[in-house]
This record gives sequence, C-alpha cells and structure tokens, in this order.
Amino acid sequence: MHSFGYRANALLTFALTILALMCAMASFSDNLNHPTPTAQVQVLNINWFQKQPNGNDEVSMTLNISADLQSLFTWNTKQVFVFLAAEYGTPKNSLNQISLWDGIIPAKDNAKFWIHTSNKYRFIDQGSNLRGKEFNLTLHWHVMPKTGKMFADKIVMSGYRLPEEYR
Amino acid sequence: MGFVGETVDSIKSLQIRQVLTQAVSLGMIVTSALIIWKALMCITGSESPVVVVLSGSMEPGFKRGDILFLHMSKDPIRAGEIVVFNVDGREIPIVHRVIKVHERKDTGEVDVLTKGDNNYGDDRLLYAHGQLWLQRHHIMGRAVGFLPYVGWVTIIMTEKPIIKYILIGALGLLVITSKD
Repeated sequence: MHSFGYRANALLTFALTILALMCAMASFSDNLNHPTPTAQVQVLNINWFQKQPNGNDEVSMTLNISADLQSLFTWNTKQVFVFLAAEYGTPKNSLNQISLWDGIIPAKDNAKFWIHTSNKYRFIDQGSNLRGKEFNLTLHWHVMPKTGKMFADKIVMSGYRLPEEYR
Repeated sequence: MGFVGETVDSIKSLQIRQVLTQAVSLGMIVTSALIIWKALMCITGSESPVVVVLSGSMEPGFKRGDILFLHMSKDPIRAGEIVVFNVDGREIPIVHRVIKVHERKDTGEVDVLTKGDNNYGDDRLLYAHGQLWLQRHHIMGRAVGFLPYVGWVTIIMTEKPIIKYILIGALGLLVITSKD
C-alpha cells in the first residue's frame, strides 16, 4: 500500500494537478484586465500606384503609426503581436484584408511606440479596383499568454482614400 | 527486500483471475483515453484538437515543444488568426499566421495567405508548386489556447522510440503488478 511506487505516483499526480490549476487560474486572471489601447495612423505619401501586367492593382505607401498598447500587458502576457491591415470591399470580394505592417512587442516597456515605415507586405488587390477606393486601416493585436487562452481585438480607423489616378 | 524483488514476487504470485482483472483495467485506461480524444474532436470540430509545435517559425510566440489547442468553427477566417493548415504533398501540418484574406461575395470562399512570425517572407514557397492561396479546405483549425513545454513529451517519443518502449513497458508492468 505505501510502497515507493505508490507514493511517487501520488506525489506526481498531486504536483500535476496543482500545476494545471495554477495555469488555469493564470489564464482566467486575464479576463480581469480591461485594456484601453489607443492608436493613430497617417498615410504620409503614396510612393507609387500602378497596374501590374497581370491586371492587379498594386500600391506602395508610407505610413506613420503610433500606438499605446501598454494596458494590454498583464503578468500572464508573453508578447503582443500587432499588425496594421488595410480592409476594403470590392464588387467581387466582400472583404479584403491585407496586412501592411506587423511587429512583435515583447514587453510592456516597448508597448508605446511610434514608427515611420513604408508597407512591409505588398498591397495588391485581386483585380483592378483600387483607384479612388476608400479603405479602413485597422490595427489588430493578438495577445499571446505565457499559458492559456489567446486574446485578440482591434481598432478600426476609417476614411482613408487612394488616389484616382495611377502614379 | 527492494522494489525490484517485490515486483518479481508479485509477478510470480499472479493468478488467472487476477490477470484478467488487470487486463480489463488496462483496457479501461486505453479506451477512456480514446473516448476523451474523440470527445475533444467533436467539441472542437477539428480532426486534431491538439497539435505540437515542431518548428521555430513562430518564435518567440510559439517555441518547439509547445502545445496548441485548436478550434474549427464556421466563423470566417480573418487576418491575424493563427491557423493550422495542410498543404497538398506535405504530410506535416504547419502552424502560421494569416496575413492576407480575400473573401468572395457570391460564394463566401476565401483566399488566404499565411506567414510565420519568425520567417522573413510569406509562405508561398511552402505551398504546392504554383499555389498562390490557401482555401478553406486546407485549414484544419485555428489556435485558441496555448500550453508551453508539454509537447516535448511527444517530440522525444517520436525521435527516440526506445524511450517510448521503455515507458510503455514500465507502465504496463506497474498496472500488472499493482494489487489495488
């Protein structure tokens, strides 16, 4: 009854139960955080705007992104993945989401940032619908926990418009 | 008398009725594990509800040996989500993030482009030759939860099968020799 194997088994089971409970509690504690992030994005310049030989529109732009995501961080946060996506509809597609820039924020100290960049990924439409197109710029973030459930949310910024002519 | 001696003695003292009882309890353990796995498949709607991260392409978010819990709902796929997908001609599923989505108005079909957070370029090089987009049927599920390190158990067992056999043997011996 009180053999070595029996005791080792009981100890291991107890330790794993406590560990699982602590992980669950850490993940649950994220629900108590009510973040209030802020973000502003400006399109400073359309670098070029053209139709590719295969008929798809492509645009390159310079962006100024500033955001304060410090309130997303809790003690169970490993990192925050943040990205800026252009979102618009076309006659063919009800939704197009194109990531223009992304970044990994490893710690709370880096979560208030300001960046001046041209788009990191190519902004290519499926077709030729971008002239004069109104689009939203949405800042998405995905909170990766040290353990447990992942969180995601976004800030939608509307009222951006591409030029009427290629350049 | 040590632990080994006790074990040998208890094997010697086995009787047929006891052997049968142990076989049944061993069967119960195996089947209940199977039931839990299949129930998870039903609840999450994904054919593999749990995956182990095998590469470092999503570092520092997911490291090799971390476990991801998947969920496959009817919800549309959106940029930023971490999806697990199968590419034609590749056996091992890949866990990467969606960076571009084009959703058709008439059919609701999606064209999706993925990228690993730690990779320089997007995943078109990983897709089948000439494939530009992933469709819905390539995607096995999206990651909703995360548990670090636990997946190392399976990685070690697949890469060093001898450890797996030792472990199974030891567990089997324990079950057979346990009296209660």
